[in-house]
Amino acid sequence: MAAFTVAFVFSLVLYLILTAGSGSIFLWSSSELAAGIVLSALSAALTSRLTGRHLSFHSFTFLNPMRWIIFAAYAFGPFLWNLTKANLDVAYRVITGRINPGIVKIETGLKNDGGLALLANSITLTPGTLSVDTGPGRSLYVHCINLKNRKPEPEEVCGSFIKWARRITE
Amino acid sequence: MSGVVYALLGIGLFFQFMGAIALHRFPDVYTRMHGATKCTTFGSMFIYAGVIVYSALRWMSGDAAYMSMALHTFLVMVMIMVTNPTGAHAIARAAHRSGVKPVNAVVDMLKEESS
Repeated sequence: MAAFTVAFVFSLVLYLILTAGSGSIFLWSSSELAAGIVLSALSAALTSRLTGRHLSFHSFTFLNPMRWIIFAAYAFGPFLWNLTKANLDVAYRVITGRINPGIVKIETGLKNDGGLALLANSITLTPGTLSVDTGPGRSLYVHCINLKNRKPEPEEVCGSFIKWARRITE
Repeated sequence: MSGVVYALLGIGLFFQFMGAIALHRFPDVYTRMHGATKCTTFGSMFIYAGVIVYSALRWMSGDAAYMSMALHTFLVMVMIMVTNPTGAHAIARAAHRSGVKPVNAVVDMLKEESS
């Protein structure tokens, strides 16, 4: 039941964002609201088994508004800055062709899968690194485009991201 | 104000173009994924930002239909920031599992540990 509710609320919120401005009940018309509720219930019923497989008590801690504020601070601060640097870095390497690639393993020490997913996506979008695979104990295999030494510390590969991922999800 | 829109579109196009060149210049699938994820995500974000600024301007000058366009584009921007690196991760993982070796790699820890 919890899985159904979570899937239902997510689909309904998404539907309401997509149809905002269609009528006069706040922002929505009555037919859009009815269609939204029916379609969200349908999609929640179809996907609740999949959602339920990954749902635990810890999943609900994302409702804490403090995490959202930290996440927004992260997304518009260090993440955006590193994304900009990453693009200038790729542009530089495209033009000069200076690469020194390799796949290294880093131990993240994170406690849940949401944090690992956030970290892996952040790594992919930041300078010179691309996450390739996950290993035992939530370690990550990262492809570096310009490797400085053969056994780098986690901080060399992904900067302060582990700290941020821990702050947001734990 | 349309100058801002053109500037955003121009920056977006530049990074998309860099991503396309990266596909030609880099030697193997992993290094190409670097160009194909970072540059396309960043380039698309600037193009969407251009669309958002344009529709916000039209919205403020009284055309309410542009509100949903700005909202939709913002939603697409968030979605692409989540799905683009996830897709790249899936492609890189599939490539490594099917035996594609990184060209000129100094070290490949995934290969060493799985074999």
